[in-house]
Amino acid sequence: MAVCVAVIAKENYPLYIRSVPTENELKFHYMVHTSLDVVDEKISAMGKALVDQRELYLGLLYPTEDYKVYGYVTNSRVKFVMVVDSSNTALRDNEIRSMFRKLHSSYTDVMCNPFYNPGDCIQSRAFDSMVTSMMIQVC
Amino acid sequence: MEKGSLISHASSLFWEGHGVPWAPHLLQRPGEKTPQPSPPPENRHSPGRCGCSPSQARRRAKDAPPAQGGRGTAPAPAFSGPAARAEQITELCGAKRVGYFGPTQFYVALKLIAAAQSGLPVRIESIQCELPLPRFMMSKTDGEIRFGNPAELHGTKMQIPYLITEKNTFKRMDDEDKQQETQSPTMSPLASPPSSPPHYQRVPLSHGYSKLRSSTEQMHPAPYDARQPLVQPEGASTGGPGAKPPRHQTSLIRSFSVEREPQDNNSNYPDEPWRITEEQREYYVNQFRSLQPDPSSFISGSVAKNFFTKSKLSIPELSYIWELSDADCDGALTLPEFCAAFHLIVARKNGYPLPEGLPPTLQPEYLQAAFPKPKWECALFDSYSESMPANQQPRDLNRMEKLSIKDMADFPVPIQDVTGDDKQALKNTVDEVLPKDMSEDPATPKDSNSLKARPRSRSYSSTSIEEAMKRGEDPPTPPPRPQKTHSRASSLDLNKVFQPSVPATKSGLLPPPPALPPRPCPSQPEQASEAELHPQLNRAPSQAAESSPTKKDLPYSQPPSKPIRRKFRPENQATENQEPSTTVGGPASVAAAKPHPTVQKQSSKQKKAIQTAIRKNKEANAVLARLNSELQQQLKEVHQERIALENQLEQLRPVTVL
Repeated sequence: MAVCVAVIAKENYPLYIRSVPTENELKFHYMVHTSLDVVDEKISAMGKALVDQRELYLGLLYPTEDYKVYGYVTNSRVKFVMVVDSSNTALRDNEIRSMFRKLHSSYTDVMCNPFYNPGDCIQSRAFDSMVTSMMIQVC
Repeated sequence: MEKGSLISHASSLFWEGHGVPWAPHLLQRPGEKTPQPSPPPENRHSPGRCGCSPSQARRRAKDAPPAQGGRGTAPAPAFSGPAARAEQITELCGAKRVGYFGPTQFYVALKLIAAAQSGLPVRIESIQCELPLPRFMMSKTDGEIRFGNPAELHGTKMQIPYLITEKNTFKRMDDEDKQQETQSPTMSPLASPPSSPPHYQRVPLSHGYSKLRSSTEQMHPAPYDARQPLVQPEGASTGGPGAKPPRHQTSLIRSFSVEREPQDNNSNYPDEPWRITEEQREYYVNQFRSLQPDPSSFISGSVAKNFFTKSKLSIPELSYIWELSDADCDGALTLPEFCAAFHLIVARKNGYPLPEGLPPTLQPEYLQAAFPKPKWECALFDSYSESMPANQQPRDLNRMEKLSIKDMADFPVPIQDVTGDDKQALKNTVDEVLPKDMSEDPATPKDSNSLKARPRSRSYSSTSIEEAMKRGEDPPTPPPRPQKTHSRASSLDLNKVFQPSVPATKSGLLPPPPALPPRPCPSQPEQASEAELHPQLNRAPSQAAESSPTKKDLPYSQPPSKPIRRKFRPENQATENQEPSTTVGGPASVAAAKPHPTVQKQSSKQKKAIQTAIRKNKEANAVLARLNSELQQQLKEVHQERIALENQLEQLRPVTVL
């Protein structure tokens, strides 16, 4: 369902970004980048020390005519951004949440790997396959 | 030509469909026999890597029909147009649609060719029938060797192994091409890309394919011998005959498992590379204990990281191995997880590609069930003798004997047919692995003890284990020698020799193995063990000498010659002193053994010592021969330089004179 999935580090650089290949993938990268502003807005509005699951999930960041962008932030300020196609009959909020949860748990698994240095690009095959499953689900 | 443009367009679509940015420069030109285009980072999802290029396959398909017409032995009517038929087959098997010949397409194409050759109409349904194998007249040289007369002489039974090897050739060619690509060493030909199902939706074909596969499966165990001579010309080198079946199996496993048949490949082909043998298991457990005394608790991530980093594999690979083996993703390794990880590392170092998923024989549950907790102390010996007859011991024994006879310092893992260079590089890297900060394991002497006590047929394998164990042991403090007037404390001396040179050598000369800890047992086992010490020592410096470029040979040739000299010196002294305990080398032991009826051990031990001495001498000879050849080369180069300089001088001289 996701057309593009991105994991962004605390310092706002991408750790992982992957999209369904189309003719203009750069567009997705741009959308993710611009959505970071919205994420920061929401985080700062939230205040600090809010560890609720609800607060982790930021919801719809902004909709465009073709796509919708959803956000999720972890406790360590790592952001997950997901772009979904609007033409898909609207995915329920729960589904998006569950997708983010899956992302989060896979990310945690990647973190657990002692050979992974936080801040590196994510090159884990398990993570890749999980993301692919999310993206392919739609097609 | 329209066919080519169609294929190229299809291949561009293929790349896009696999999450890869479309790169026009990567399009394959029709008719060019290119290796697979080097895929961009997301290439894990490209099944095309496992297939042959369309041009290759098309040529093969084309070869088939003309062969029929050309030879005129066809039972089938002649083809109307070979190219047209090939085109039809290509289209039918789906290659045109997907733009390449993946394994499915390839097998289907072969079936269709067989159908066509036997006169059946070329349709999808025709692959359902039981068909004789397609006969090809290959224009390429390799094919001719295989498919020439033997194909006609032997019956159908033999054609199947040829077919298999042919597939293997393709696979291997692709694999080797892949291996030459610089990027992504972790990429495995076993990559079963999740995104490939759309391309592999050949439900009706799967039946035909499975038929083909089942027929090959039946033939698989039978004509091993027929396959052996075929492997020779393929350029894959070395490995005893015991290593070849695993190699075939792995390549077959590769070729078959790409299809991701629902049936488990592993049940059909015992996955030799992923099965942990008893000795390996013991070694891994030893290592575990050295890191973490309690076998039932965890090794933390950082400790494991430090340990595995010493294996000199790349970080992404290690990361992937960790991912595979840490099943519960808790950042720590239990004993079975650790064994699995270690085994994967060993396999990787021996050249096996990493699997996509953890093989069933490496799953923690399996490992825990298969290998109960090792009994330490003296029970070790019993457990060995019990578990020996089990499993595929004779096979491993054979393999290990052969391995130990050859250059050891590798794990007792089937060393597959890597090319000579790769093997050398592997051995070098393996030699370099020697975790220096691991404490000496007190359990290992007992292991060595019991190993030594076993019948002679196991002495070679025990060598390998010991050396493998020594890899993991701590060299800095050599164990104290027994108090037996050991003026020739060879291991200590050699430590001193090596330690200054260790920082000097970039390649990480193998620090001398810690030798065996003090043992109250008779001198003969010690002699044998020390004899084994030296082959390793000599081998290590020789390998270091080889690995370094020729320019560095001169500084390095010093250390290699030193231990040799030292070895010979003590031998002379030993013969003079005639002490049984002054054992530095095999010859010493031989010399000492003969004049000494005081040696209280039986003649079998003496024979063992003599055997080891002979072996050691042979190895020393090999080392010296290698050194010699290197020095010869150096000499030649120096000669050439000299000649060049002299020429220059002559040219310059008239100028200066005038």
